Amino acid sequence: MVGADEGGYTVMKRAIWRALSVLPLLFLLSGCVERTAVLNPQGPVARTQYDLIMWSIGFMLLIIVVVFTLFTVVLIRYREKPENADYEPPDEEGNTLLEIVWTAIPVLIVAALAVPTVKATFAFEKPPTDKVKPITIHVTAANWKWIFSYPEENIETVNYVHIPAGVPVRFKLTSVGPMNSFWVPELGGQKYAMDGMETELILQADKPGSYMGRSANFSGEKFTHMEFEVVAQKGDDFKQWVNEVKQTAPKLNENKYAKILEPGLVGRMTFSNTHLEWIDHAKQNSHHVERKSAGNHGNPDHDMAKDSHHHGE
Amino acid sequence: MGEAVHRYDETMPLEYRTEENRLNILGFWIFLGAEVVLFATLFATYLVLFQRTGSGPTAQELFQVKDVLIETLLLLTSSFTCGLAIFEMRRGRLAGLLAWLLVTLLLGIGFITFEVREFIHYVHEGATMQTSAFLSSFFVLVGTHGAHVSLGIGWMIFIIIQLLQRGLTVKTARKVFIVSLYWHFLDVVWIFIFTLVYLLGMVV
Amino acid sequence: MKWSEFFVTGEPLIYAADVAIVLTMVGIVFVLTYFKKWKWIWNEWLTTVDHKKIGVMYIICAVLMLFRGGVDALLMRAQLTAPNMNFLDAQHYNEIFTTHGTIMILFMAMPFIIGLMNIVVPLQIGARDVAFPYLNALSFWLFFFGAMLFNISFVIGGSPDAGWTAYFPLAGNEFSPGVGNNYYAVSLQISGIGTLMTGINFLVTILKMRAPGMTLMRMPMFTWTILITCVLIVFAFPVLTVALALMTFDRLFDTQFFTMANGGMSMLWANLFWIWGHPEVYIVILPAFGIFSEIVSTFAQKRLFGYKAMVYSIVGIAFLSFIVWVHHFFTMGAGPEVNSVFSITTMAVAIPTGVKIFNWLFTLRKGKIRFTTAMLWSLAFIPNFVIGGVTGVMLAMAAADYQYHNSYFLIAHFHYVLIAGVVFACFAGLHYWYPKMFGHMLNERLGKWTFWLFMIGFNVCFFPMYFLGLMGMTRRMYTYSDGLGWTPLNVVATVGAVLMGIGFIVLCYNIYYSARYGERDMTGDPWNGRTLEWATASPPVHYNFPVTPIVDDLDAYWVMKKKQGGFQVKEEELKPIHMPSNSGRPFWISVAFFVAGFGLVFKWFALAIAGALFIVLGLILRSFENDDGYHIGVDEIKRTERAARKGA
Repeated sequence: MVGADEGGYTVMKRAIWRALSVLPLLFLLSGCVERTAVLNPQGPVARTQYDLIMWSIGFMLLIIVVVFTLFTVVLIRYREKPENADYEPPDEEGNTLLEIVWTAIPVLIVAALAVPTVKATFAFEKPPTDKVKPITIHVTAANWKWIFSYPEENIETVNYVHIPAGVPVRFKLTSVGPMNSFWVPELGGQKYAMDGMETELILQADKPGSYMGRSANFSGEKFTHMEFEVVAQKGDDFKQWVNEVKQTAPKLNENKYAKILEPGLVGRMTFSNTHLEWIDHAKQNSHHVERKSAGNHGNPDHDMAKDSHHHGE
Repeated sequence: MGEAVHRYDETMPLEYRTEENRLNILGFWIFLGAEVVLFATLFATYLVLFQRTGSGPTAQELFQVKDVLIETLLLLTSSFTCGLAIFEMRRGRLAGLLAWLLVTLLLGIGFITFEVREFIHYVHEGATMQTSAFLSSFFVLVGTHGAHVSLGIGWMIFIIIQLLQRGLTVKTARKVFIVSLYWHFLDVVWIFIFTLVYLLGMVV
Repeated sequence: MKWSEFFVTGEPLIYAADVAIVLTMVGIVFVLTYFKKWKWIWNEWLTTVDHKKIGVMYIICAVLMLFRGGVDALLMRAQLTAPNMNFLDAQHYNEIFTTHGTIMILFMAMPFIIGLMNIVVPLQIGARDVAFPYLNALSFWLFFFGAMLFNISFVIGGSPDAGWTAYFPLAGNEFSPGVGNNYYAVSLQISGIGTLMTGINFLVTILKMRAPGMTLMRMPMFTWTILITCVLIVFAFPVLTVALALMTFDRLFDTQFFTMANGGMSMLWANLFWIWGHPEVYIVILPAFGIFSEIVSTFAQKRLFGYKAMVYSIVGIAFLSFIVWVHHFFTMGAGPEVNSVFSITTMAVAIPTGVKIFNWLFTLRKGKIRFTTAMLWSLAFIPNFVIGGVTGVMLAMAAADYQYHNSYFLIAHFHYVLIAGVVFACFAGLHYWYPKMFGHMLNERLGKWTFWLFMIGFNVCFFPMYFLGLMGMTRRMYTYSDGLGWTPLNVVATVGAVLMGIGFIVLCYNIYYSARYGERDMTGDPWNGRTLEWATASPPVHYNFPVTPIVDDLDAYWVMKKKQGGFQVKEEELKPIHMPSNSGRPFWISVAFFVAGFGLVFKWFALAIAGALFIVLGLILRSFENDDGYHIGVDEIKRTERAARKGA
C-alpha cells in the first residue's frame, strides 16, 4: 500500500481551522450585505416573497446544521488513527428504518415548503387588495429601453414609470425584440416580457419612494443598461403628475416612435399620448416582416428601424 | 470483446448466432429508441406550430390527398416486402431475400419520388420552408423522415452488393436484419405522420 | 466575406491568442518531428480503439477546456471586481460568458465524466473493452472536433454571444447576424452526436458485457450511475439534436421556428433547450455521485451503506429530471397551475438526493477514514453540495423564484452544485484513478494544496454571490454602477476566483511533477480498492483481464482479496484473446465533420457538401471492411502477465 495518508490529526486540525476561518468570512459578509432589493421589501408582493424566503431559509439552515454536525462528528470519531489500527469496519448493508426516516423527513420539509409556495404562486395572479381599483400600465421592452404606456391616462414614459402608492398596478408586459425580464426587486419578483405576446405582473408599493428596476434577462449588447426607476407617489401627487404630463409633454408619432425603437440607449422621455394608438406589440406577429417572394431567403440584416415601418399592417 | 465474440450458437437464427451480432442488434434497438425521441420532438414541434401559419396557407388549403395516399401505400407495402425478405433469409434462401429486398428498394424509391413531387408542388404554390412556422415544421418533420428513407435506400443498396459478393453469412444476415428494423421503424413513423400531419391537417 | 471579417481583429487579447495558437501548433509539429513521434502518435493514439487510451484523451481535452473556460471566468471576475470597469467591453464580455458556460458544461464536464467512464467502467465490470470500440473512437473524435470547431470561433469569425442558453429571438439572425451562433449550433451538434453514440455504447456494454456473476444489483455504484446516465443521454440528447437542427435551419435557411414573424415561437426554443438541458445537468451529476460513492466506500474502508436505496434514488432522480424543466422559466408566465406542479416535482428531487447524502454519511460512520486527496474532495463535496442543494430547493419555490431568477443567487446555486458536485468529483476521480491510468500516483502533498486552495477559493468566490443576488445583481451584466453596495462582495468573489486559479496551476504542476518524480504503482491496487479495476495492473495491459473474473458479491475485488488473496490467474486457463484492430477512419470521418461544419458556419455550402460526401464515404468503407480484429496468443499473454505482475 502506498503511504498516502498523513496523520489523521493534522488533517483534522486543518479541518477545524477551516471551519474557524469561515467565521470571519461570515462577519465580513454580514458587513458587506446591505438590506437592499429583495432584502428590503416595499410592497405586499415583495413582502410575501420575503417571508417565503425567510421561511425556507429556516428549514434550510436546519438541514445544514443537521448534516454539518453529523459530518463533523463522523469525521472526528471515525478517522484512521494509531489507536484504531486493528479496527476492522463492519460491512453494513443498510438500515431500513433509518432510510425510511431520512426519506420521510425531506418529504415533510418539501410539503411544508410546497403549501405556502403554491398559495403564493396563485395569490400573485390577483391584486393584493380588492379594496382599491388597480391601474393598468403597458410595458414594452425594446433594445435597450423600457417603454411605459398608460392607456387610461393616455400618456407614455420611457425608462421611468410613476405609480400611485397603495394601489395595485397591472403591468402588461411585452417586447419588440429579445426576451427581457421586468424586475423591481423591492416591489416583487419578475416576469418575462416577450415579443408577440403579453404577460401580466401585478405589483404594489406600500408608500411613496423610488425603486430600482432592471431587465433580468440578457437581451444583447447593452442589456446591462436596461435600468428604470419606479417612482411611487401619493394618489394626489400621482394625479397631478399625470395632468402635468398631459399638458406639457410632446406628442409621440410613428416616426419618432420608430426612432426610439432603434437599437441603442436613450434617456428618459415623456409623451402625452401612447404608441398603443397604432401598434400593440403584444399581438402575435405584430412585428411582421414583409414576406419575401418564395425561394428568396430574405435579408437577415434588416434592422428594427426598417421593421417598424411595417408595424400596424 | 474476448472469446465470447466467436462463440457460435447454432440454435439461434443466423443473425443472432454470435455475441458480436447480439450486441450490434441490441445497440441498434437502443439507437431506434433515440430515434423515437428525435421524431417525438419533431412531432411536438409540429403540433405546437401547425396552426401558426402567419400569412401563409393553412394545412387544409395545402395538402395533396392523392399524393399522400400513394406515398402511404408504397411505404406500407415496402415494409411488408421487407418482412418477406427476412422470412426468406430465415429459410436460408439468398435469391428470395435479394428479390424481396429489391422490391422493397423500388417501393422506397417510389415513395421518395412521390414525396419530392409533393414538396415541389407545395413550393410552386408558394409554400416554402420560409413561409411560416407551420411550413417550417412541416418540411423539417416530413423531410427528416424522407431523409431517413433516402439513407435507408442507399444503405440497402450497399447491403445488396455485399450479399452478392459474400453470400448469406452471419455478418451479412445481421446487416440485413438491422436494416429491416430501420425500415419498419420508418414505416411506423410514417403512420404517425399520416395521422398527425395529413389527417389532422385536413380536419382541423 | 472579407478577410477582415473572417479573422477576428481589433483586440489585443485576440492577437495574443492568435500568436499563442500558431506557436502551439508549430511547437507540436516541431516536437513530433524532432523526436520522430509522428508514427507513435498515429499508431498509439489517433487510431486507437482502446477504451483506456480514449478515456485518457477525453480527460486531456477536458483539462485543456477547463483551462480555457477558467480563463474566461477569470476575465469576467476581473471585469466585475469594481464598478464601471473598462477591462472588457460589453460585446467581449457577452462572448466570454457565452463560451464559458458552453465550454464548461459541454466541453469540460461532459468529456471529463465520459473520460473517467471510459477508463473505469469496462474494468469495473470485468470486460475487455466496450461493446463497440470503433464507435467509441468515433465518439471521441466527434467530440474533439466539435470542441475544436467551437473554440476556433474565438479567432475566426467571432464567438457566439447570446448566452449558453442561446434564447431566441436574441440568438436569431435578426439580433445575432454574425457567424458566432452558427458555431454554437453546428459544433454542439457534432459533439452531441458523439455523446449520443457513447450513451448507446455504454448502455450495451453495461447491459451485456458484465463478468459472470455480476448481477445488476452487484454492480459497482459508479457503473450503476453510468448505466442510468446513458439512459438519460439516449432520451435527452435527441431533443438537443432537434433543437440545434431547428436553430441551424432558422439561422442558415431562414425558416420560422423561433423567429418573431410568420408564426415563429421563441418560447419553443426555451422549452426544447431545457427538456434536454435539465437531464443534461443530471447526466454530469449522477456519475459524480457514483465517483463519490466509490471513493467514500474505499477510504472509509467499508461497504457502501444502503446500496439498494442508492440505486433506487439514482433511478428516481433520473426519472424526475425529465419532469422539472419548466423551473428554468417560472417567470415566463405559464400560469400558477403549471408553475405549482413543476415547483413540487423540482422540490421532490431533494428527497432521493437527501437519501444519498445520509447514506454517504452512514458509510463514513463506523468506518476507518483515510484522508487522501481523493477522499478530501469527496468529503468536501458533502457540505458544499448540501449548500447548493438547499438553495436549489429555495429556487424551486416558484413564488420565491420570481425574486431569484436570473440573479447571482442562481449563479451561486448552480456553481455550488456543478463545482462542488461535478468538478470536485472529476478531481476526486482523477486523483483516485490516476495510478490506473498512468501507472504512477499524483503527489499527495501537492494534491492537498490544490484541494485547499481550490475548495476555499470556491467558497470565497461563490458564497458572496448568494447575497449579491438578493441585493439585486443580475447575471450577465458586464458592469454595474457605484453606489449599489455590490462592490465589496464582488471584490471578495474575485479573490476567490484567483485562489481557484492558483489551485488549478498547482494541479497542472502536480501532473508534471508526478510524471517525473511520482511514486510508481507496482501493485495495481494502491488504495486497497474494492472493485475489479484494482484487480488489473497499473496501467492495465491492453486486454485488461487475462481471464474473465468471476464475481460472487458486491465489491467483487474486496471479496476476492478476502477469500483468495487477490485475483488469481492460472496459466493453464488462458485462452487466446480476440481484440479489435485500430482504425484511422474515426479520425478522418471526424475531420470531415469538422470541414462540413465549418462550411455550414460560413454558409459555404460547397465545402459543407464535400465534407458530407467524405462522411458518407467513410461509412461505406466501414460497411465493406472485412476486418475481424486479431488474436493474442496464450504465450504472449503469459509473457505480458508475468511482466505486468512483477510488482504484485
